[in-house]
Amino acid sequence: MSAATLNHDGAFAAARRRLRFGPLWLAAPGLAFLAIFFLFPVLRLLGLSVQDLETSAWTGDHYARIVATDVYFRVLMSTFRIAGLTALLSLLFGYPLAYWLAQLPERQRGLAILAVMVPFWTSYLVKTFAWMVILGRTGVINQILSGTGMPSLPLLHNEFGVMAGMVHAMLPLAVLTMLPVMTTIDRRLVQAAETLGAPPANAFWLVYFQLSLPGVAAAGLLTFISSLGFFIVPALLGGPQQTMLAQLIITQIQEMLNWAFAGALATFMLVAALVTCWVYDRLFGLSSLSGESSGRTGAGQGHLRSAGMKILSALAKASTALGAPVGHALGPKMMDRLLPLYSAAVIVFLVAPALVVVPIAFTTSPFLDFPPPGYGLEWFRVYFNSDLWVSATIRSFAVAFATAILATLVAGLAALALARSSSRWRGAIFAFFLAPMIVPRIVIAVGLFYLFAQIGLVATDLGLIIGHTVLALPFAFVAISAVVKGHDWRLDQAAATLGANRFRTLMLVTVPLIRGGLVAAFLFAFITSFDELTVAIFVSGGVKTTLPKQMWDDMILQLNPTLAAVSVVVFAIVMALLLMAEWLRRPAR
Amino acid sequence: MLSPLAQARTAPVQAGAAATPKLLVDGLTKRYGAITALEPTRLEVPAGEFLTLLGPSGSGKTTLLQMICGLVEPSGGRILIDGQDETRTPVHKRDIGLVFQHYALFPHLTVAENIGFPLRMRGVAPADLTRRVTEALEMVHLGHLAGRFPKELSGGQQQRVALARCFVYQPSVILMDEPLGALDKKLREHMQYEIKRLHRETGATIIYVTHDQEEALAMSDRICLMNHARIEQLGTPHDIYARPKTAFAADFIGVSNIFRGQVRRDGSGAPMLVTGNGSFRLSADTPDRPDGALVVRPEQLDIDGDGDNEVRGEVVDTVYAGSETRVLVSLGGEETITVRLRRGTAPPRLGEVVAVRWRADAGVLVS
Repeated sequence: MSAATLNHDGAFAAARRRLRFGPLWLAAPGLAFLAIFFLFPVLRLLGLSVQDLETSAWTGDHYARIVATDVYFRVLMSTFRIAGLTALLSLLFGYPLAYWLAQLPERQRGLAILAVMVPFWTSYLVKTFAWMVILGRTGVINQILSGTGMPSLPLLHNEFGVMAGMVHAMLPLAVLTMLPVMTTIDRRLVQAAETLGAPPANAFWLVYFQLSLPGVAAAGLLTFISSLGFFIVPALLGGPQQTMLAQLIITQIQEMLNWAFAGALATFMLVAALVTCWVYDRLFGLSSLSGESSGRTGAGQGHLRSAGMKILSALAKASTALGAPVGHALGPKMMDRLLPLYSAAVIVFLVAPALVVVPIAFTTSPFLDFPPPGYGLEWFRVYFNSDLWVSATIRSFAVAFATAILATLVAGLAALALARSSSRWRGAIFAFFLAPMIVPRIVIAVGLFYLFAQIGLVATDLGLIIGHTVLALPFAFVAISAVVKGHDWRLDQAAATLGANRFRTLMLVTVPLIRGGLVAAFLFAFITSFDELTVAIFVSGGVKTTLPKQMWDDMILQLNPTLAAVSVVVFAIVMALLLMAEWLRRPAR
Repeated sequence: MLSPLAQARTAPVQAGAAATPKLLVDGLTKRYGAITALEPTRLEVPAGEFLTLLGPSGSGKTTLLQMICGLVEPSGGRILIDGQDETRTPVHKRDIGLVFQHYALFPHLTVAENIGFPLRMRGVAPADLTRRVTEALEMVHLGHLAGRFPKELSGGQQQRVALARCFVYQPSVILMDEPLGALDKKLREHMQYEIKRLHRETGATIIYVTHDQEEALAMSDRICLMNHARIEQLGTPHDIYARPKTAFAADFIGVSNIFRGQVRRDGSGAPMLVTGNGSFRLSADTPDRPDGALVVRPEQLDIDGDGDNEVRGEVVDTVYAGSETRVLVSLGGEETITVRLRRGTAPPRLGEVVAVRWRADAGVLVS
């Protein structure tokens, strides 16, 4: 029907015409904000890394020092090793779970996804604290082992501890990234393959798996990049062998005040992240990150493509060969239950650690014994009677609230601007708004610290709000864009023909209809800020501390049940907000 | 911007017109880069007329409609409502109503709030607003559904709400963009009557877009037939059906049998059309032209009956359509003609060779 195409052309031309003074300008506040508080500080940090400390002349000394000094080089290597392993394991463990979630009926899927969303949004500090409780020398697992007369195992401060914590932290991200791609795969294609004579294993590997590859690659990309900048898990669960780049950067800044060297370390991390992105873009196209089809999928370059096909065929053959005896041994009924059972196990792995903290918060013991010798509210009393903890909690709330408002407003304007724009800059602006999610947080945080030190924003609430808004913008932007994408712009046209001007159309039609996305953006931004440690480590401090910063300081000094009480409160608040966001995100009525 | 030429063209019209038309589209055109969506077009719509823009996909009818209501900016030409130039008036300030193809009801507002929306935008006092909304609801027989949300209504009910939302503020011109396209056939026919009734009761000026020729014939005072981004023919339904100006017009509206050929005069000076299927007598008032297409409607053809012209062919199909029976006669090769069987006649057998005849004055010669 060409009426529709003409409609579209009409909107297209109208958008182009308005561009001169129209909607794209709505993205201007966001662009300016990110240019000043994201792009500039990061570039500045990179600049510092090639400057001599005294003379400010160009120099490559700092880089030479990293490569030449054995300790630094080993940290670099272990960072890539841990990040790579984390990404790989997250994909391996996450794929079957995502596959299982994707084939659930819609209603059940919503519920099951919550089981992944909860650990995804649980504070890294709470999760890490939980692993310390579980894996410690007198932790949950070792208590059970000694209870059954077995020797205790060294689970903490080694590679195992780090990998458990890292995979636990990244698995939800991997699953939530793969899932949207998998739910859009038409399962009838697999049936079609089977009616055309493909055994189930071939139908899976040659049809379904291949179609799910963009999601797998996106998940690998995001988990790898996020892992690169991690410091909470390796610092608290790892030993000296597992020191990662971000820890080194923090030490360089906090203890040595060596900006240039920290800049050089940050550059390594950023370059690694960007190279990964570039490879991904070459293979899949960055736009598929946001769920848009890139058109490049599957149409890979000749050699690579035929090699990939051969690998998949081999995998199909192998799994047929392997599957037959296993299926024979277990029987068809058991085979059908394998996937749900596995998925349940992974979900337990994801959810259980945070729940272990709950009984400890109510312990009567001054130690982290499990199970607690008795139950009481003593540690909540300590928490609420401590000025330090209470003021940190209040500050975190206030900062998170301000961040949420700022991020929602800026991201909302930008999402509206981009939704109707057909400008060739659209893709670039879209990527720019997502960039704070790609650039490791530690790089942003150190860059901001340098900028804030110069303009007097260190240890101020405003500095925190600005830093958190940079980090929260991509989440808010994605949440609003998703809703705006489904918005029927003909309703705005209808409002205009009925006599509503632009502003009234926005307030009476557009905003009420995308309200769910706005509220979700607000809450996601709120949680992001409420949970944020990286910026807070540098920008808050002393009397201006935030809740995560206070938890971090305590966890490094000594573990105590107050931390469990705080964790439970943080967990409860974040869960309440998350459930609210999920509920409101569903289409109204 | 208005070219001096366009101004010169319109000046005498304005001076000479007895009554100002409700809507005057003057030299209106739209281009998207190299593509022309609407050639410069002139259209006059008197007050109270029901005018249909009819044409195939991509003929420019929707573009014309969207420019009239202001959703698409013209590349040239003018739009005058009641003699006032509205070409540059923003959408929300134009006194125009648009009924959308898919209704575009606000999902977050109730039926009554949807209908009240344009009144609210015009600052109508609350008491007055309530009264007018109630009246509009009564007009479309939906008084009992005022508090419902659009989602809770059937397609036909949503359509009525969209109509009420448009009629309630009595805009100068009401535009309807294939408003019945999403309804099934039976409901569509019912809604055609409803819209005609609303038109009669309110005396509104309505411009109606459709690609359904039956709908256009049934509803319109005049039909503006469009093709290839321009007006093909403008006239009453009967005009266009009985006297199509082009083969396209004849073919698009109703079923036509078309014979192309050269015009000759016989010994007595009567016009003849020489075609691949034989020579046919043309009606005496046929305008002088070297060639053309002879259009004969199925009901003007007669199997084994009387007539000035004759073709012979084999019966390849008979189609029973309830009120009438159509017979397809193959003239050899790809060519078939459609004949409407006279009432009470038994249909010929398949494969039977028949003579199809018609009177010279039944056919129309078009370009």
